[in-house]
Amino acid sequence: MTFINYASREINCKIVYYGPGLCGKTTNLQHIYDSTAPQAKGKLISLATETDRTLFFDFMPLELGTVRGFKTRFHLYTVPGQVYYDASRKLILKGVDGVVFVADSQEERMDANIESLYNLEENLKSQGYDLLKIPYVLQLNKRDLPNVSSVEELTSELNRKNEPVYEAVASKGDGVFDTLKAVAKQVLTELRKG
Amino acid sequence: MADTPFIIKEHQFHKIKTLLAKLCVESAARVVFLVDRDGQPIAFHGDIGDMDTTSFSSLAAGNVAATTSMAKLLGEDIFPTVVHEGERESIYICIIGRSLLVVVFDERSTLGLVKLRTKRASFELATILESVKVDSENHRTDESSFFAEITDEDIDSLFS
Repeated sequence: MTFINYASREINCKIVYYGPGLCGKTTNLQHIYDSTAPQAKGKLISLATETDRTLFFDFMPLELGTVRGFKTRFHLYTVPGQVYYDASRKLILKGVDGVVFVADSQEERMDANIESLYNLEENLKSQGYDLLKIPYVLQLNKRDLPNVSSVEELTSELNRKNEPVYEAVASKGDGVFDTLKAVAKQVLTELRKG
Repeated sequence: MADTPFIIKEHQFHKIKTLLAKLCVESAARVVFLVDRDGQPIAFHGDIGDMDTTSFSSLAAGNVAATTSMAKLLGEDIFPTVVHEGERESIYICIIGRSLLVVVFDERSTLGLVKLRTKRASFELATILESVKVDSENHRTDESSFFAEITDEDIDSLFS
């Protein structure tokens, strides 16, 4: 849920990175964090296990700039990808303004992508949202690996509503900001529609 | 479709700040926060030192979200308050509708005093937050609102 404060002249929006385990959601956030000027970001908080797998969520606030005198701040969250953390995933989707689905392009992860996308739709429904109506971007990550499915194949399996699709190598930063920009733009456009 | 935006006008924000300031003094707290249940910081009053208030708000909301889900697993609707007691600093969180009132206190206060003062303040805050909610819903239909004036160029300029 977008939060607008007229006193401090701020617009705050929530974007959630969703996808199967080890698809690169945290890596997306890490790259954004590493590449952003200190004054535009807050701390990157990771609630992770001892083996660095996301346990509850990762979080970082990012300030993009000013629109008509209002500071626009995006709160970026990831969900834990592993199947058994479903209760946590549902909680993090509460109040979401936009979603990025990070797909793992490796052939053997196609089923996990489909399963996670279905889980996203179900969990959004349980929070009163419809994937077809909220700002949404599909990112095809890990494009640098040798065993990847083609973009056409991934898109035909995972595209839900002609959403923007970006190829990415999050570990190198490729496509990370294009994805973020696409979802942030949709969120602000949605806000304008009222 | 996303939720209705939560829009706070200046006069409402100042009322909230005044109430938080009063609660902070009366409960002898170190700092008092009002946080949206989705993790957005709304306002605070007190000594934050070098505390990262944005992260703190997000974690407080995550904390309450997790304990609320645990309550449901036990057949409870909600745990209306959450307490964490540390060696020096303690946290008392009270759920007020879609918002959380978070009181951070140390040895200068007691849990009993914080509970008592927070209960009283939460009624007044609930009234203000209800008016914010009603105004937010009306604002959405207001064609002359600030948001309708945002142009494609405004949005593109953020990413240039």
